[in-house]
Parts: sequence; C-alpha cells; structure tokens
Amino acid sequence: MSAPSDTAVTKPKLTTSAMIASIAAEGQRVRAAPFGKALVELAESRPEIVGMTADLAKYTDLHIFAQAYPERFFQMGMAEQLLMGAAGGMAKEGLIPFATTYAVFATRRAYDFIHQVIAEENLNVKIACALPGLTSGYGPSHQATEDLAMMRAIPGMTVIDPCDALDIEQMVPAVVAHDGPVYMRLLRGQVPLVLDEYDYKFKLGQAQLIRDGKDVLIISSGIMTMRALEVAKEMAGGSADVAVLHVPTIKPLDEATILKEIGRGSRLVIVAENHTRIGGLGEAIAACVLRARMAPNYHQIALPDEFLAAGALPTLHDRYGISTAAIVSFIKNSL
Amino acid sequence: MSADLNQLKEHAYRIRRFALRMGEVQGQGYIGQALGIADMLAVAYGHALKFKIGEPEWEQRDRFLLSHGHYAIAFYSALINAGILSEDELETYGCDESRLPMSGMASYTPGMEISGGSLGQGLPIGVGMALALRHKRNPAFVYNSMSDGELDEGSTWEAALAASSHKLANLICLVDINNQQADGHSSEVLPFEPLSDKWAAFGWHVQRVNGNDLPAVLAAFDTARSLAAPQPRVILLDTKMGKGVSFLEAREKNHFIRVEANEWAQAIAELDASYQGGAQ
Repeated sequence: MSAPSDTAVTKPKLTTSAMIASIAAEGQRVRAAPFGKALVELAESRPEIVGMTADLAKYTDLHIFAQAYPERFFQMGMAEQLLMGAAGGMAKEGLIPFATTYAVFATRRAYDFIHQVIAEENLNVKIACALPGLTSGYGPSHQATEDLAMMRAIPGMTVIDPCDALDIEQMVPAVVAHDGPVYMRLLRGQVPLVLDEYDYKFKLGQAQLIRDGKDVLIISSGIMTMRALEVAKEMAGGSADVAVLHVPTIKPLDEATILKEIGRGSRLVIVAENHTRIGGLGEAIAACVLRARMAPNYHQIALPDEFLAAGALPTLHDRYGISTAAIVSFIKNSL
Repeated sequence: MSADLNQLKEHAYRIRRFALRMGEVQGQGYIGQALGIADMLAVAYGHALKFKIGEPEWEQRDRFLLSHGHYAIAFYSALINAGILSEDELETYGCDESRLPMSGMASYTPGMEISGGSLGQGLPIGVGMALALRHKRNPAFVYNSMSDGELDEGSTWEAALAASSHKLANLICLVDINNQQADGHSSEVLPFEPLSDKWAAFGWHVQRVNGNDLPAVLAAFDTARSLAAPQPRVILLDTKMGKGVSFLEAREKNHFIRVEANEWAQAIAELDASYQGGAQ
C-alpha cells in the first residue's frame, strides 16, 4: 500500500458507513447498547418478554438479551415473514415478543405479516428495527427511508422514532406498558446520549418542547432532534433563536401539542425527519395543520423522493440536507 | 374402532350438509373445497382435538389454525357440528353483521384461532404458537390447516425450516391437496412434487394419505399425535373437490363455484341418499 503522492494532505478519506458504524459523531457522548440493556433489565420482572430475531441479534443489540435469557431467545433465521408470523403466534399465547431486524426488512419484506398477522388482531408484538432512515451507507437495500410511512398506514400501530440512548432505554418499559403492536426504530451499538442535558423523559404519545426559541420552531423526531439541538446551539450566538419540539411518537401523533407550539407567535416552522418527505412526520403535521385551518410559514427538511446513494454517512447527510450544517444553512436562507 | 368410524362418517356427512346449506345462502362459494376437506375436519373435531364447548380460550385446548381462510365455510360447518357454533347462525353465512364472514377471521368467530386468507401465514403463526406452548410447558398441539396453493408461498417453507430447526413435535401441519388453485391445477400453476420428499428433506415426519378415506385419515392423525420423534409432523391429504356430490365433483373449474338455485336441493338429496345408503 502506498500513500497517495499527489496531495500534501491530510483530509481523512471517508469510507462507506457500514452496518456496525455508530451514528455518533467524533467525541460525542455515547451509551452502549441501550436497547439490549433496557430489555434485560425489564425482563427480570416481566417473564412474558421474549426476544426473536431474523439473524440480526448482534446488529440490533438483542444478543445481550439472548446471553442473559437464552431460554427466552428464539432465532428465526434470515426469514422476516416467519419472524413476524411467529411473533404473532407468540403474542397470541400471551408472551410479549420483541422482534428485531433491520427496518428495511421488517417493513418492506414482511409488511403483509405485520399488517395481517400482528396488527389486524391487535397483537402485543414489539417490532424493534435498526438502521432507520438514512443511517447506513450501503445504499437503498439497507436504507429504510419509507418505514414510518408504511407503518403509519397500518391501523392500530404505534410508531416510535427515538432520538438517543436515553429515549431508547425509557421507550422499552413504555412500549411494554402499552398493550398492542408497536413499531420502533432503534439505534444500536455506541448510541449518542443527548437528551440527558435537558429536562426530558420519554412519554409514549407525547411531543415535548426540549428547548424554546422565538425565531424558529423545529419539529423533529429521531436523530433529527439531536441535529435540531445542535443547530439551536450553533445559532444561539445571534443568528437565530431556535426552539425544538421533539416528537418521538409518530403515531398516535400528539396533534394538540404540535398545534399549540405552531400557534405560538409566527415562527419559521421546520419539520425535520430522517425519512422520505412522503408520508412521514412532515406530511402528518402538514395535514393536521391544514385540518386546523392554520397557515404557518412551513418547511420540511426530509430525504428526497429518490433511491439514495451509497457512501459515507457524513457525505450523504450533507448531500441530502439532514446534517447540522445543511439545516443551519437552510434556516439562514429561509429567515 | 368401527363404532368410532361410524360416528366419524356421520360427522363428515353433517359437515358436508351444513356447508351446502351455507353455500345456498350465498348461492356460490368454496363449496368444492368444503366437501373435499370434510373428512379431515370430521377426524379433527370428532376425534383428535381437545376443546371445550363454550370456552374457546381454554388454555389446554389444541390450537387449530385455518390458514386458508376461504375454507371457512367448511370450518364453520365443523364448528356447528361440534356444538361450538349454533346451527341457527348458518343462515347468516357471508351476510352483513354475521359472525361467519366468507374468509375466516379470529375477531369474528368463536373457535377461529387466526385471521387466515393471506395465504402462507398459518404455518409461521403455528411455529410461534408451538414455540410459546413448549415455553409455557403446555402439552397442547398446534394444527395448521393449509391448501396446496400455499405451497407456492415462500413463508410456508421458511416456517417448515424453522419448525424442524426448533424440533417442534407439537406442530402438525395438514395440507389439503385438491390440485386446484385460482388459476388452475396446482400441479401446473407451480408444480410441487415430489411433495413427501420435500417435507422430509425439511426435517418433517411425513404421511401422505387419501384425504377422503376416513380410516386412513384417522390413522394418520393418531400416528402424528403419538409419535415420539422430536420433529414436526405433516399429513398430506389428497382430496377430491366436491366429494360426495357427483355433479360438483365433475366440475372442471371448481375453485369458486356458482350453483344454480335448484341445484342445492339436488346436492343435499344426493348427499342424504348416499349417507343413508352407506350407513345401512
């Protein structure tokens, strides 16, 4: 291996963001495997919790549960239709299965099984999926850019897009306390820890104002709340006072809180989502705003209606407008 | 055993007769399948399954999954015959507000374990239920009843692989091979033979019987239930569409049939005559 000779420098080469890559930025505070640890902790007092996966225990942090409770862990192999069907069967027998795989496979590959086996009978299955939205550089095969739209469309499905390790560890007991099917996005491995800096606790079905601001209201879910908070910090120097409303539960949508915040003053309203602009949080909020006959200065930051490229996540997040820098620049141009 | 057999013959006759009466309510339907599978259902509900009338959620019951939801007309007939549903309800089959929809759904009908109809889902559900029952140390069996058309679905084979991987000896799959699916003969739409070899290769204990031969069906159920081997069991039942009504047996396209108003009485009369003749 010889180093490139024609450059004096120095910029590190960005490589494809693989499945094991952490979404955390360099130097960011992280907590390891919050989902797996929270599940193990809760499982001690809830013997009906079981874990199931389609050959992705290690990649969804379910392996921690499998090690702690081997007799309550069920390997279904690389067979997502079976995973969802069997999870439904488990729930029919009174167990509470956590079924894990990647978001692309659960939603696109096993949709009818989630729809017909699980949701149609309102079964108590918790579907937990890694690699939500654009969190892999593998290209469309692994980029679940439409998972929220698909899951929102299913009657009775609760849909959650957590922001960070704190959200995830608090989400686990909350979804078990809820009787019914849940689709939750997961971040796995070294997961950023952000929300512990704020007065915040995950509550199923509730949007919460994480930080107030008079110029801009960013309404966001998932990792975009982390980005929104970075944007707010960065712009606090004088360019804009940014409020952040975190909406971890996509369905049922906390319309009252969202409309109340939109109705406060005449701030620039931006919905930011790690998802195609079709059918996710942005369109859900746009619809509820129209139904309320409101007309805010409304913008949507979301992934384009395209098959996205492969590559390194920082490059891709910049290209598709969901990086902190891209959002800051969008706000500056919009104010 | 022979007394048993006479009783089972009566069950099969009554199941066929209830199915024809329900078919008459709609004037059409999956009558061919119902007549074909009546003998299996007679053995299931008249002999093999543990259940309690009035307690569809009884924890110790055997679970019977109707993966092919469109066979509901046959299944309701078996439930009526078993006393789980009342005969009066038969007149509501497929009508608005009925508990007996044309395709079986769990939330509508007592005794209907799953919502079938999206084909290829029963066996995966059965795998989950069998795993859960074993986990709970509940000795009940899970029976998954499916059509030969469902052999086309990949999910059936995903589940077949998992059932043997997990050594699910409490799972019994019943495949109705009537060689008919929506677009034609199953053996031509997507040929599946050699079928016994396929299931055996997937690690299952396999029996293939004439599904309209009551003693053979009875023996197959008994073998599947008593086997010691730690593996799932499948009974492949070759059946005749429209069995017991000659003009329905003779129909070429019989996946979903229309029957003229005057033909129902004729079909029931033939069934009655042949049962009364055979019972002598």
